[in-house]
Amino acid sequence: MEPLKSHTGKAAVLNRINVDTDQIIPKQFLKRIERTGYGRFAFFDWRYDANGEPNPEFELNQPVYQGASILIAGENFGCGSSREHAPWALDDYGFKIIIAPSFADIFHQNCFKNGMLPIRMPYDNWKQLVGQYENKSLQMTVDLEKQLIHDSEGNQISFEVDPHWKEMLINGYDEISLTLLLEDDIKQFESQRSSWLQA
Amino acid sequence: MMPRTIIEKIWDQHIVKHGEGKPDLLYIDLHLIHEVTSPQAFEGLRQKGRKVRRPQNTFATMDHNIPTVNRFEIKDEVAKRQVTALERNCEEFGVRLADLHSVDQGIVHVVGPELGLTLPGKTIVCGDSHTSTHGAFGALAFGIGTSEVEHVLSTQTLWQQRPKTLEVRVDGTLQKGVTAKDVILAVIGKYGVKFGTGYVIEYTGEVFRNMTMDERMTVCNMSIEAGARAGLIAPDEVTFEYCKNRKYTPKGEEFDKAVEEWKALRTDPGAVYDKSIVLDGNKISPMVTWGINPGMVLPVDSEVPAPESFSAEDDKKEAIRAYEYMGLTPHQKIEDIKVEHVFIGSCTNSRMTDLRQAADMIKGKKVADSVRAIVVPGSQSVKLQAEKEGLDQIFLEAGFEWRESGCSMCLSMNNDVVPEGERCASTSNRNFEGRQGKGARTHLVSPAMAAMAAIHGHFVDVRKFYQEKTVV
Repeated sequence: MEPLKSHTGKAAVLNRINVDTDQIIPKQFLKRIERTGYGRFAFFDWRYDANGEPNPEFELNQPVYQGASILIAGENFGCGSSREHAPWALDDYGFKIIIAPSFADIFHQNCFKNGMLPIRMPYDNWKQLVGQYENKSLQMTVDLEKQLIHDSEGNQISFEVDPHWKEMLINGYDEISLTLLLEDDIKQFESQRSSWLQA
Repeated sequence: MMPRTIIEKIWDQHIVKHGEGKPDLLYIDLHLIHEVTSPQAFEGLRQKGRKVRRPQNTFATMDHNIPTVNRFEIKDEVAKRQVTALERNCEEFGVRLADLHSVDQGIVHVVGPELGLTLPGKTIVCGDSHTSTHGAFGALAFGIGTSEVEHVLSTQTLWQQRPKTLEVRVDGTLQKGVTAKDVILAVIGKYGVKFGTGYVIEYTGEVFRNMTMDERMTVCNMSIEAGARAGLIAPDEVTFEYCKNRKYTPKGEEFDKAVEEWKALRTDPGAVYDKSIVLDGNKISPMVTWGINPGMVLPVDSEVPAPESFSAEDDKKEAIRAYEYMGLTPHQKIEDIKVEHVFIGSCTNSRMTDLRQAADMIKGKKVADSVRAIVVPGSQSVKLQAEKEGLDQIFLEAGFEWRESGCSMCLSMNNDVVPEGERCASTSNRNFEGRQGKGARTHLVSPAMAAMAAIHGHFVDVRKFYQEKTVV
């Protein structure tokens, strides 16, 4: 996994609550057996009209947001299905960082596993960010090591992150390789299980 | 020892390595697999030269994108490739697979319990958010992403943050016609779609105690719709009776030994939950969703809410989106909403209890001319049992289609799609935009309510059915 220490990019705002993974990547695109190439399907039903043309009403289609790599999203982002195709699609679309007041648990975890940083931000701070970035073409820097977001206009805001995931992202660790080092612990655990569980 | 909840007990029993200030490394007893979320995980193993650590703890079936008519003819080439990939992966890595030829095939959350793979006290995962279903047995069961599927395949463990605990207590007696589906929809309607985020739920109280295993599965299934990755019900005699003599359940003395262990799986007196909520079961009505998430739900005898009734600005904005998408207007009576489609099926409501409840409503009646209605049994075993009981004939005579088992119109990955702008009374779990097809309008209901909607062409309070019965 590519380490993620700090990221600078344009921020886009999608100020809707309860954006579910069916919207992030509709089910017709889950039939592929690859892990890449989902970006063009991200938000498909919102993003394109019936003729396959970009829908001008959809927030992320605004010219000011083109090339954005940081998504400022609404509450309960990523709710619904466990499909990891959702973070794959967002990543492939270009988003590395997602900032929201709250995330669904499975989606939140899936982001970390793909080297993306989901930041849970207290509602008032988040609201302030929305005000600063909505309908604008503005860059921000997300410094994971310092847990600080700042921009060229002098705005600065700190954020919380789980220390475990911070370490994993900064070092770009492969989780499975780390767990495999604990083989002895796993074996030991297995040897003590009830017999009905061994069947 | 400090009194503990059942959630903490199961958690503690599965810690391989306690992470100080970190997630715990949890042992996984059962890993269920299906065709959609596993191919990339197997590919990861292949690339790194890794093996499946415990094929005997892994079980696969195909359910998400298989046809429910002419099931062996998958016309969609991309979907077919996914099914073929599962067959190849299971063979190469030595994983048991219930394929389309198997009598054990069905929706992964229906067959796990049927086969006795799902048992109390186990940790169970699957690359599917409705894995919470298995919590009905007093198991700790939750959905995972594909990276985690790969992690479990190669290590039989997962790093997990210890969850907070949430008690959802429903006491009292349900009115005739009010079902498990209505109970869970009422809970989500009252507390919203994210009150369970970060928690594992334990459902307690008389109402859940009086439920069959099928009904308990319906409740736990929709824990994820409340934001909780997992929801469970402490096992009791009903659970033990269900588990006895299933294909993979331990037999004889081993079973008795297991039951002794399962009896300890209950929340100790004095144990404290991080949060508790209470509902009065007597007051729950048959529920119908009107909007674009399962929290937008109301008793059948009410009206679509007005935008003014939402105090938070965000909720109001979402409600306005919902009216537009659903083609509804504020103050419209729920019972006046007409449906063109009825779907009885999904991992929420496709088991024997569900089919029996629906069949009861339609016996000797006809599906309205304006409605297309389908029944998709959750598994081959449910299908066979229903046919043995003659339920298929009741459905067919009423004008329902009787299909082969699979996920079908719950997420419409196969050809079972609701056309744009049309409305479906559905026993599934999600009424998200586009879930049953682009522009399709989904109303989540119980099997009994869906059956009544099929007959009348619009929603009808199922309690009236029982009143009529009493009068006659």
